[in-house]
Amino acid sequence: MSADSWPLWEVFVRAKRGLSHVHVGSLHAPDAEMALRNARDVYTRRGEGVSIWVIPADQIAASSPDEKDAYFDPAEDKVYRHPTFYHVPEGVEHL
Amino acid sequence: MYGNDFGTEAPEIAPDDPDFLAIIDADGRIEPRDAMPEAYRKTLIRQMAQHAHSEIIGMQPEGNWISRAPSLKRKAILMAKVQDEAGHGLYLYAAAETLGVDRSELVELLITGKQKYSSIFNYPTLTWADMGAIGWLVDGAAITNQVPLCRCSYGPYARAMIRICKEESFHQRQGFEILWTLSHGTEAQHAMAQDAVDRWWWPSLMMFGPPDAESTHTAQSGRWGIKRFTNDELRQRFVDMTVPQSEALGLTLPDPDLTWNAETGHWDFGEIDFTELFEVIKGNGPCNAQRMAHRRRAHDEGAWVREAAAAYEAKRAARTSEEAVA
Repeated sequence: MSADSWPLWEVFVRAKRGLSHVHVGSLHAPDAEMALRNARDVYTRRGEGVSIWVIPADQIAASSPDEKDAYFDPAEDKVYRHPTFYHVPEGVEHL
Repeated sequence: MYGNDFGTEAPEIAPDDPDFLAIIDADGRIEPRDAMPEAYRKTLIRQMAQHAHSEIIGMQPEGNWISRAPSLKRKAILMAKVQDEAGHGLYLYAAAETLGVDRSELVELLITGKQKYSSIFNYPTLTWADMGAIGWLVDGAAITNQVPLCRCSYGPYARAMIRICKEESFHQRQGFEILWTLSHGTEAQHAMAQDAVDRWWWPSLMMFGPPDAESTHTAQSGRWGIKRFTNDELRQRFVDMTVPQSEALGLTLPDPDLTWNAETGHWDFGEIDFTELFEVIKGNGPCNAQRMAHRRRAHDEGAWVREAAAAYEAKRAARTSEEAVA
């Protein structure tokens, strides 16, 4: 790590209790502690969060957009996974 | 917000690739690792970088007044605003990085003068009323430019702009309030407010760029969903919004040709002297050299902080691995 190329961190913020952390952006920092402090100053200046996660960007594995179709195909032909697939007779409630 | 999407760069495709254009025509968003034309990527990097540079340089004219703000309240507000400008610069550098450049490369392009920032920041801030005029007019013009960018076809840029626009509206209102307070104060305060508006009005109109007939980027950027309105459309929108606000402020705008046109439903305004804009872009504005010198000095003087932080982390990492071995 050189002084001019601190690693990249991805920042996730929990907006309030009861909600998941959501990705809000990225920043450069030399270590986790500085990444958290910088994330607070850059991404929560107006009370946008109650909790922050920072994760080194190179530690995240992602599915590739190129394989998007093949990768998500198995979900496409299983329409019976959705409740709207099923016929419910007239007048049946709470189902 | 940005989703660097954690992998190799986007594959290159032709500028008229049908799948790419179909996403744009459906008002969809292009995300970091999607295939995209090289010129689309380059246009976005340049536009986002120049926007980021403008936010960073834009801290200077206002930073000039932090130590001389007329009250503690105004000082705290101004500090929060300047801090926001730094934040906006960082959101935009982060968004640009999703296209495969590194922030340090972009900073280098700024401090070596190879990339530009908005010419508006090459004007001096002579009085406290300039803080009002910058917030009301300069930030007002910026918002007019930026609101359509919230729907830009490139996802990370659009998301950054949504956040920026939310924060800019505080900037514009605080500027309006400064001018309103001065305008309704003593005669000297009113005159100071009027003088600031007189100096900032025309440069603010030039922020929208050259007239459509002379603009080189508009057509291709429009097709790609980067720019949704032309320079002249946005300029007109800004004038139409601002004239009634000037009346509420009790201040006049320095344009004798400013008249309501009932036929078009718009305010007609006088001809803009673009030779001035081009001179400022070329580097001959009142503060170009000063802004660049200050930015370079801040970068150089911060070098020891960056080095110390890197050295500290290297030491910590070495100690952690030693402990792991023991």
